[in-house]
Amino acid sequence: MNARLFFLLCLWPLAAMAQGFSGLGSEADAEFTNPAPDPAFNFPADHGPHPEYRIEWWYLTATLEDADGTPYGLQWTLFRTALAPGERDGWASPQIWFAHAAVTTPDTHLATERFARGGIGQAGVEAAPFRAWIDEWVLKGPDFDTLILTAQGPDFAYDMALTAQGPLVFHGQDGYSVKSAEGQASYYYSQPFFDITGTLTLPDGEVAVSGQAWLDREWSSQPLSETQTGWDWFSLSFDAGTKLMGFQLRQTDGTTFSSATWIAADGTTTPYADGAFTARPLGETQVAGRSLPTRWQVTLPERGVDVTVNAMNRDAWMDLSIHYWEGPVDITGSHTGRGYLEMTGYE
Amino acid sequence: MIRTCLVALLSHWRRNPIQLFAYLAGLAIATGLWSGVQAINSEARASYDAAAATLGEGQFDRLIPRQGDAIAQETFVVLRRAGWLVSPVLDVTLNDVRVIGVDPVTSPTGLGGVTPPEGTSLFTTGPDTRLFANRNSARALGDLAQVIIDDTVAPGIAIGDIGAVQRLSGRNDLSTLVLLPEQPLVQPDLASIAPDLRLQPSQQVADVAQLTDSFHLNLTAFGLLSFAVGLFIVHSTIGLAFEQRRGMIRTIRSLGVPLRVLVGLIVVEMLALAAIGAVIGILLGYLMAALLLPDVAATLRGLYGAQVSGTLTLRPEWWLSGFLLAMLGTAFALAGRIWQVASMPLLASARPRAWVMSGAARFSAQAIVACVLLSAAAVLVIVAEGLILAFALLGCLLIGGALALPVIAARALAWIERGATRPIWQWFWADTRQQLPGLSLALMALLLAVAANVGVSTMVSSFRLTFVGFLDQRLAPELFVQAETPQESAALDAFLTREGIEALPLRSTPTQIEGQSVRLFGVRVGSTYRVSWVFLAERPQVWDDVADGAAVIVNEQLARRGNLWVGDMVEVAPTVTLPIAAVVGDYGNPQGQVVMSEALFETLHPDSYPGQYGIRTDDVTALRQRIADEVGIAKNAMIHQAAIKAASLEVFERTFTVTAALNVLTLGVAGFAILMSLLTLADLRVPQLAPVWAMGVTRRRLGGLELLRALGLAGLVFVFAIPLGLALAWVLLTLVNVEAFGWQLPMFLFPLEYLRLGAYALGAVTLAAAWPALRLIRTPPAALLKVFANER
Repeated sequence: MNARLFFLLCLWPLAAMAQGFSGLGSEADAEFTNPAPDPAFNFPADHGPHPEYRIEWWYLTATLEDADGTPYGLQWTLFRTALAPGERDGWASPQIWFAHAAVTTPDTHLATERFARGGIGQAGVEAAPFRAWIDEWVLKGPDFDTLILTAQGPDFAYDMALTAQGPLVFHGQDGYSVKSAEGQASYYYSQPFFDITGTLTLPDGEVAVSGQAWLDREWSSQPLSETQTGWDWFSLSFDAGTKLMGFQLRQTDGTTFSSATWIAADGTTTPYADGAFTARPLGETQVAGRSLPTRWQVTLPERGVDVTVNAMNRDAWMDLSIHYWEGPVDITGSHTGRGYLEMTGYE
Repeated sequence: MIRTCLVALLSHWRRNPIQLFAYLAGLAIATGLWSGVQAINSEARASYDAAAATLGEGQFDRLIPRQGDAIAQETFVVLRRAGWLVSPVLDVTLNDVRVIGVDPVTSPTGLGGVTPPEGTSLFTTGPDTRLFANRNSARALGDLAQVIIDDTVAPGIAIGDIGAVQRLSGRNDLSTLVLLPEQPLVQPDLASIAPDLRLQPSQQVADVAQLTDSFHLNLTAFGLLSFAVGLFIVHSTIGLAFEQRRGMIRTIRSLGVPLRVLVGLIVVEMLALAAIGAVIGILLGYLMAALLLPDVAATLRGLYGAQVSGTLTLRPEWWLSGFLLAMLGTAFALAGRIWQVASMPLLASARPRAWVMSGAARFSAQAIVACVLLSAAAVLVIVAEGLILAFALLGCLLIGGALALPVIAARALAWIERGATRPIWQWFWADTRQQLPGLSLALMALLLAVAANVGVSTMVSSFRLTFVGFLDQRLAPELFVQAETPQESAALDAFLTREGIEALPLRSTPTQIEGQSVRLFGVRVGSTYRVSWVFLAERPQVWDDVADGAAVIVNEQLARRGNLWVGDMVEVAPTVTLPIAAVVGDYGNPQGQVVMSEALFETLHPDSYPGQYGIRTDDVTALRQRIADEVGIAKNAMIHQAAIKAASLEVFERTFTVTAALNVLTLGVAGFAILMSLLTLADLRVPQLAPVWAMGVTRRRLGGLELLRALGLAGLVFVFAIPLGLALAWVLLTLVNVEAFGWQLPMFLFPLEYLRLGAYALGAVTLAAAWPALRLIRTPPAALLKVFANER
């Protein structure tokens, strides 16, 4: 999913925590391993961390509904970023972990974050049995298909169970996802077929919910191209059972670089190169002092997709150490359904 | 026209360089003392702020170990994984520098506000040990670690990544855990996750800035006093300059210069000169502060453990405040004179006497104000609580006393005059009384200076007497030995028991009592305690009750802050509440203390061991050697009682070096004020002296009488200053001290000291009066004769 993180990590030195991460400049560090085409994944090991790569994440979003049909959205993300390749014990570890959790309701958006150093046990990921944790937040299970998920902040918490109903899907060329015309790329696969049920604890009380979850795994060592200013990413689940992952990177000259994956109901994928997928803002909203497009026209003509993507709650601003917009969306038009939208670089 | 006018006005200063000097010097001294004191204060405050920013002390709650000084690193991880958002801190001392390790990723203050230079990381993920510190700390650390100079880091502190500090200190654990202000929704009980830790709320961490506030208020009060005295000088100099320029002003106005232009020019002229004086004063203040700062820093470190930078920075808050205050003071003094010039009839003859005489009308008003202020002081003595009110009381007392002085002096002179029979003395006393209005400002300045000297020297000497006595009882054992480990402690105890040497093992732990951060001590009650400890208040059989674990002793600080006294119950542990058997004076320490028996302490804190031993011996050197040889305790862990005593006394000597320096300066300034006033009056008084001279009194005799008058007035001021000074001392000792330090001091009187002060004051006045007297003696007879000619 998130080439956005390439971008975020480029901005990282400017962010509040900037001091500590000034090693993350805009040029790829030669010591880190770079993704190469034709990857051969090795599971379950590849569900675990890749400390030789600079950045990596376990990124989960879910569209939910309670018994009354009220829609909700949920996010749980664990990021790993390395100051140097490899792992060492104790405080000498060059690995930094941080995590974001959020719940979106039609009226509110609650978000919180956590930070941790590697090497001391405060945060980490183990491949089998699968366990990803930071502080008391966990995403774990006997394998990658059956997981439980928890997170909490000062004003919300959630406790969910996930069961995969389909296979892993691989983006780009068998999981090698190109991010720019210059060839920046990452390894990128997803599990978009989770059924999810559980309880949201909100300021007004507990709510039992269920829905669909989408888990992304991505790692790389390469930042975005210097001419790329931001990122609009869509994960759309259509009512017909098909899914679409598409993103566009906005470039300084006003053009975009796009990429998409069409996912059939059985999990077979079709990648689409730059230009096939388009996303055009239809309406802007003032959020946190910025103007953000919260209504989009999204097309993938080769699949007959021409839909309007509308934010369920326009105020889904992640006001954390890194600022971005992330929230659930409704889909109308040629296809209907629900999904998640992420927008970065709207500073 | 404007230029000509300005040149005419300025020519006055060329003809009267002494007045110019007095004007500039008065302002410079006033500004200098004020801004110097402010410079010291702001430097200290900047250091506290840096320390607060670096350590986050007082801002965040903390988790601290119930026992000992260390928290296992695993406990940190267990807490985080249970949903307790804490950040680890390791606090060690290396080469006398407090080295603090933090985790910048979880710390609520990042790396204590340190912004590393471009290209360096806070994290030390490799084998290097990078720290951030200011220049002095970096020098002290030497090549122990790679230090990046950052002057925003508080003095005496170096800060670095927790991993680096662990490596440097050879430790693998933590000192405290900072509790982040925002915690998640659901958390298990602390007791179920980390039973060895307890929560220390942020407000119970002694706030250095708060503790030292009183000390700085003291300094500020002295600065203000000095400033007031300096302004007296400015006031009288401006008065003199105007008096002498009456003729010139009359002439200029007669020549057709509009009043508005003239007033404007005078204001510009005086303020421009004032600006020069103020700038000189700021330079003087800087010098003074730079000289005194090391002493102040040592005092603050000794008394409060507060680290203050020993080097001075030019901060706008003090030099600007000094400058503005000087300008305002000048403008204030100027306003009255300008009003006089403006309302003076165009061709009014120069009749200075009449003006001086009219000043007497102010006397009754002044007497009323003095009465009101002194009554207010009397009321405040009864109701005053808190440092601000204590200082308000001081203000009422001093200003009321100063205002009352001329009134009382006039009465006294009138009374003496009635007793005089010879005409020359009758004239002398009457003339003295007439001069009072002109001299009163200078005399008030002298009164304030002498009273402050009497008050402060009484306080300092009382302090010293009490403190030395206190050290003698508290430091009765001849040798103090520090035990680093329980094994060392046990070995030492065994050795001392074997040898039959009387030992006073001391166990201690920090705790919370009455909402205060308090140190709890467990002592082995023996003959030394029974003989040497003197209490402020006690009930019978103090030590028997303490030895039985049936009572405790508390120090004065805890007693006063907690509003406790002998007989009151105090909760020393969640399950143990005991009566207070005695309150003991404890000087040189801001923290509360509770003393209980060794046995009781052991029940409450079973893991504790005596960390310090006081040992009675006749031969310190030999015993020290034997303990080193036979127990294996390093010699530098054994301190000779005399050394501790000397170090403790040093702190107090330094505490008042600053005050003493300010005292000397105020006295000097007061002498200067007298000189200026006498010079002012000297010229005005020629018309009055001329008839006396004409009647046959020689100029030499007149000069002698002038000197005698000055001495007489100074004597009067001195007599009046003693009770005022003692009242000041009483307020300082019984009210200000309790608020500032938490202890009350008995007041002792030092008559010889006062006499010496009186001699100084008279000496200063003699010096000040000698010159005007000499000038009078040398006045050419022609000048005196001219008085009669001009009179027509």
